[in-house]
Amino acid sequence: MLQPLIDWLYGLPFVQWLIKLAPRFHTAFVEADRWQMYLKGLVITFEITLVSIAMGLVLGLFVAMVRTAHDQQRPGRRNPLLGVVNLICKVYTTVIRGTPMMVQILIWAFVILRGERNKVMVGMIGMGVNAGAYISEIIRGGLMSVDPGQSEAGRSLGLGYFDTMRFIIIPQAFKNILPSMGNELVTLFKDTSLVNAIGAAEMTYYANRIGGKTYDYMPPLIGIACIYLFFVIILTWLQGKLERRLAQSDRR
Amino acid sequence: MIDVKHLSKSFGDNLVLDDISEHIHPGEKVVVIGPSGSGKSTFLRCLNLLETPTAGTITFDGAEITDPKADINNLRRQMGMVFQHFNLFPNMTIRKNITLAPVRTGLMKQAEAEEEAMALLRRVGLEEKADAYPAQLSGGQKQRIAIVRALAMKPKVLLFDEPTSALDPEMVGEVLEVMKELAREGMTMVVVTHEMGFAREVGTRVLFMDGGKILEQDEPHAFFAHPREQRTIDFLSKVL
Repeated sequence: MLQPLIDWLYGLPFVQWLIKLAPRFHTAFVEADRWQMYLKGLVITFEITLVSIAMGLVLGLFVAMVRTAHDQQRPGRRNPLLGVVNLICKVYTTVIRGTPMMVQILIWAFVILRGERNKVMVGMIGMGVNAGAYISEIIRGGLMSVDPGQSEAGRSLGLGYFDTMRFIIIPQAFKNILPSMGNELVTLFKDTSLVNAIGAAEMTYYANRIGGKTYDYMPPLIGIACIYLFFVIILTWLQGKLERRLAQSDRR
Repeated sequence: MIDVKHLSKSFGDNLVLDDISEHIHPGEKVVVIGPSGSGKSTFLRCLNLLETPTAGTITFDGAEITDPKADINNLRRQMGMVFQHFNLFPNMTIRKNITLAPVRTGLMKQAEAEEEAMALLRRVGLEEKADAYPAQLSGGQKQRIAIVRALAMKPKVLLFDEPTSALDPEMVGEVLEVMKELAREGMTMVVVTHEMGFAREVGTRVLFMDGGKILEQDEPHAFFAHPREQRTIDFLSKVL
């Protein structure tokens, strides 16, 4: 009774195509234990993401604090050193945000750090410096989004600039910037695939190589696309959870 | 206690304070009134340098706070400020709001500060709110907490910037009550307000400001009974 239906399904071109796919994916992922290469690449992808987001946070926080501190100086009491550092920070964000990340990575690998063999490290530096510029603007926006009355209240209690930042402004800014930071993390995670262009062995690099070796690019590329998507969904979910936890002080 | 000499403040071309000289004595409750835009809030905010004066000097307890080398943080510790919009820290519990500054500035140890916070909260009848967040409080409760937060630093003077203007009418009373009690205890206070009843009842001196100047001042009963300047008479006839 079911047999005709099964025969009919089997005869469909789409199903035929699916059945032929199985061996292709088998070649791309299982044969010669190739899945280990994706795994190795995925670990490197995570390493690059983590190191560059950490670098970006440090750079970004520094630049954001310099730029807000500079803008908040009381007239007549301007610090000349802060002025110079502020100018450097401005040039940095303008150059980094005004040029393509791909070009920056190529410049790091083939101009600035030409002799460096460790391409993964070069990729981390390129991406970290890039992330710093974007994160600094995210943090700066976050700091500015906090009501000026908060800083006034902190300062009028006798707290210094850094204590006011640390206990009052940054925790509130953190909540405001979390969505944009999550986006930055997701973008960075996906953009690690760019460093395969300089020969850093992350996941895209291996997928590309396997595609070349087996003369079949579709299975490895679709495969890693699914892996990227999977982790992006997980990251987004974690971000949502964190946001809900930080909303604790908003409940009434 | 606070000595203001030839204080001027302008924002760009806009002259907000025009050569003000004034002295605030210990124990005084100075109430500053005047139409909006008269510069009364700016005057108050200059006293603890939330606004930087364009010209003039302010001396607090013998120290010139307008001196660029003055330790402004140390001076601000001794001058509490209460804002129109409370400015409680929404990311902290009430307890933390009150204890943060005394602990971080080294005035008290954590345990001592918490004890002090609870004692102050009991005084304003809000001890059960110690672990609540500001968002869970009414406006009147927030402002009472803001006063407690300023008091926790044991300031020598309290500055109030329109403390009841952002409150629903039925909450004004509870905040004024706390302020009256402080006044009775001898706290030196400078209060910018629109509450004429408070000015009359609590003030030891009323300053009337308009156009960046102190137009007229007097002891409250005389001030309200016999205003001298035409501008003051017009203003009082509108608000009383």
